[in-house]
Amino acid sequence: MTIPEIFNILQEKFPEAELVLEENNPDPIIRAKCEAIADISLLLRDDPDFSFDSLMCLSGVETVEEFQTVYHLYSMLHNHKVTLRAGGTKEEELIVPTVSHIWPTADWHERESFDLFGIKYTDHPDPRRILLPDDWVGYPLRKDYEPQKTWHKIPLTAIDYKEEDNGDES
Amino acid sequence: MGLIEGRFEPNIIVTSTDAIFNWARSRSIWPLTFGLACCAIEMMATNASRFDLDRFGIFPRPTPRQSDCLLISGTVTAKMGERLVTLYEQMSEPRYVISMGSCANSGGPYCDHGYHVIKGVDQILPVDVYIPGCPPRPEALIDGFLKLRDLIMKETIAKPSA
Repeated sequence: MTIPEIFNILQEKFPEAELVLEENNPDPIIRAKCEAIADISLLLRDDPDFSFDSLMCLSGVETVEEFQTVYHLYSMLHNHKVTLRAGGTKEEELIVPTVSHIWPTADWHERESFDLFGIKYTDHPDPRRILLPDDWVGYPLRKDYEPQKTWHKIPLTAIDYKEEDNGDES
Repeated sequence: MGLIEGRFEPNIIVTSTDAIFNWARSRSIWPLTFGLACCAIEMMATNASRFDLDRFGIFPRPTPRQSDCLLISGTVTAKMGERLVTLYEQMSEPRYVISMGSCANSGGPYCDHGYHVIKGVDQILPVDVYIPGCPPRPEALIDGFLKLRDLIMKETIAKPSA
């Protein structure tokens, strides 16, 4: 099934999801309203015509205007792929419903995208940071991220060896 | 009076405590099995049969309680740095630290933009030997251990350095 076909069926079933087919990509991307992502995902997995049984990748993205979550789906049965995208402006927090009950692999992916981009996932079973320590400040992959100078009294800034060398010579 | 009589007298070696202690310590440096990043691959290669660190009496131990040396083989992140200090504190004295590779020495490729990397493990632990390289070849690691061995031979129990 091609992506425009999938898009047409989805548009019939979810008229309120504000679906948009972004065709300026090598593979068209289906853009949906954040709140509708979980329902669309459930249909894409369970409908025998789609049977997207594999979530290949779940990514957090920051563009100039917005934060996004991108879902790459694959059906091992039908050998077809689709890409979903949900996004929101940077002024407010991006809150997306979790898909970890649909594809369990999304659990850690969503935690990572929360950890590094600060995208929040509602109804996530374990909404903690995954890589960084729990008390880390900020979301490091954001463009406006300010690195911490110390963490638990451990210095994280580089030593300025030039200044030290000058001190030794004089 | 038996077989032992008269056999030990010519065999007694007189030495100083320093010399015998240092000799024993430097010939059985047991590092902690602790790999952090790609340097750990070189560390494993050095421990394996081709380079065979065991011929220097260097044999990795699975617990800090039995280790003399903490070989920091790789990038030390902030989260790992805290655990590294715990491991170091669990080791019994005398204990030595070898910083292996650019990341552990100075932050290496993460020096400018690594928000999560400690720029030089000497900011949290007292390092005895630095081994440059990215990653260092096994020969360089062996050389680092030999440098540590020289360092231990210069020690005196009157003024312990580690």
